[in-house]
Amino acid sequence: MDIGILEKGFQQHVDAEKKIEAKDWMPEKYRNTLIRQISQHAHSEVVGMLPEANWITRAPSLRRKVALLAKVQDEAGHGLYLYSAAETLGAERADLVEALNDGSAKYSSIFNYPTLTWADIGAIGWLVDGAAIINQVMLQRTSYGPYSRAMIRICKEESFHQRQGYEMMLTLCNGSPEQKAMAQDALNRWWWPSLMMFGPTDKDSPNSALSMKWKIKRKSNDELRQDFVDNSVPQAKILGITIPDPDLKWNEERGHYDFGTIDWEEFYNVIKGNGPCNRQRVEARKTAWEKGRWVRDAAVAYADKKKNKEKDAA
Amino acid sequence: MKQQEVLFQYLLRLGDTNLILGHRLSELCGHGPVLEEDIALTNIALDLIGQSRILLSYAAKAEGQGRTEDDLAYLRDVGQFRNLLLAEVPNGDFAVTICRLFLYSAYTCELLTLLCDSKDEYLAGYAAKALKEATYHLRHSTNWMVRLGDGTAESHHRLQTALNRLWMYIPELFDGDAIDVQLQETGIAPDPNVLKEKWNTRVNAVLAEATLNRPPDQWMGKGGRDGIHTEHLGFILAELQYLQRAYPGNQW
Ligand SMILES: [Fe+2]
Ligand SMILES: [Fe+2]
Repeated sequence: MDIGILEKGFQQHVDAEKKIEAKDWMPEKYRNTLIRQISQHAHSEVVGMLPEANWITRAPSLRRKVALLAKVQDEAGHGLYLYSAAETLGAERADLVEALNDGSAKYSSIFNYPTLTWADIGAIGWLVDGAAIINQVMLQRTSYGPYSRAMIRICKEESFHQRQGYEMMLTLCNGSPEQKAMAQDALNRWWWPSLMMFGPTDKDSPNSALSMKWKIKRKSNDELRQDFVDNSVPQAKILGITIPDPDLKWNEERGHYDFGTIDWEEFYNVIKGNGPCNRQRVEARKTAWEKGRWVRDAAVAYADKKKNKEKDAA
Repeated sequence: MKQQEVLFQYLLRLGDTNLILGHRLSELCGHGPVLEEDIALTNIALDLIGQSRILLSYAAKAEGQGRTEDDLAYLRDVGQFRNLLLAEVPNGDFAVTICRLFLYSAYTCELLTLLCDSKDEYLAGYAAKALKEATYHLRHSTNWMVRLGDGTAESHHRLQTALNRLWMYIPELFDGDAIDVQLQETGIAPDPNVLKEKWNTRVNAVLAEATLNRPPDQWMGKGGRDGIHTEHLGFILAELQYLQRAYPGNQW
């Protein structure tokens, strides 16, 4: 069939708000865009385990320790669903992991920042999971069926993480002066990187228009970022800590908060691999993978032996 | 020793061992050999620390001094910990991690089965719940024992080496003392000798299937249950207790 007709049919299907499923025809660029986006998302879940796992052994109470372990375990589960969603498009998980390990695949820039105090774990739950939810709520309605369904499943857990993180911040802010200072310091360090999570401004993100047309995305980076700022300001007020942005103020006319300019030089540097923890994060993933090689080989060898034994017996 | 004091000590032994082994496994979170295994080991760490919370809370109650699970976990020093030394052993490679979990889970499965009939109702209730988790830990680690033992030459060698290394910590599991005797007499805890027999049967079967040699039994000094630990525990506690020690008295 003529590719133009196929493309037209595809677009009509999308415009009618129907989901594209794995076996449906789709433009190659739609497929590749999705593989890239979903695998980056999966990598972010997996790399995102590292800064939080950094505090599991030092959690300040057994209740907090168990909650943090459960949270990091959820993130690993999100990684698994997302790798599976990418596989429905014909990608191989082993190749995707390889690309993460050799540094060629991207993941969310936020996880290249260090977790320096316990309050960082609260700030990540509150801000980073909070930013992720804003993006993922939108993606629940993405045009690709398997991705949309993975997001619906994941979003429930993310909102639990966000509430848990916020509650940790609240406890710190109602605690001793040292604890409150710890919370403020975490907000100072995580605020701007959280805003960067939504990606470049609309005028600098050329692929966005096509993603919107295909309904992979439904809101632009800047719209999502604005939602995040509008949500976060009243939350910070309740905590009694200050968002580190002197330009932040309510704009009556727009019905939104205005906020200062993001340091895009920092953003692009972190994306390029020069962030404070890029090298450690990729190295940790690579080391785990390489150290696990003999284990994976043994599992394959054992399965083969077992299969042969069964064949001999039959 | 008074009955409550004996019970307190016994609960510390169980609770501390789960806490320290759970801590060790939690160190691996994010670093597993494959994502599915990362999830499984984190899950087991969660179970063990969850169990230790129940045990330490009950220990605090038995002690009757108004302490909490966190007071016990965060504000005791090395000499007051009562865990088995096996739990403190560093994670090493995946063979050590799995072998340690297998040897311990084989022990807790037998222990918890017998504790289900304890005259202490609370402990019996705990055992029934924890046994389900321990059964999964044993199944998971047994599967790996067999896969690694009968996998490649390298995995076999690594696992046999791990087993040989860990074997010195086994006698402590069954080393009954006055506390065990008193609890056995009152029907609260089982006879360590009965446990040992059941453990041997189970472990021997798995070692045979995994094509591993059972190491010869060896002498070892007394340890964890009297507060004499390996050099590792101090570092574990330095990490585990850091925030409570650096900011005393705060709520988190
Ligand atoms: Fe997640
Ligand atoms: Fe999350």
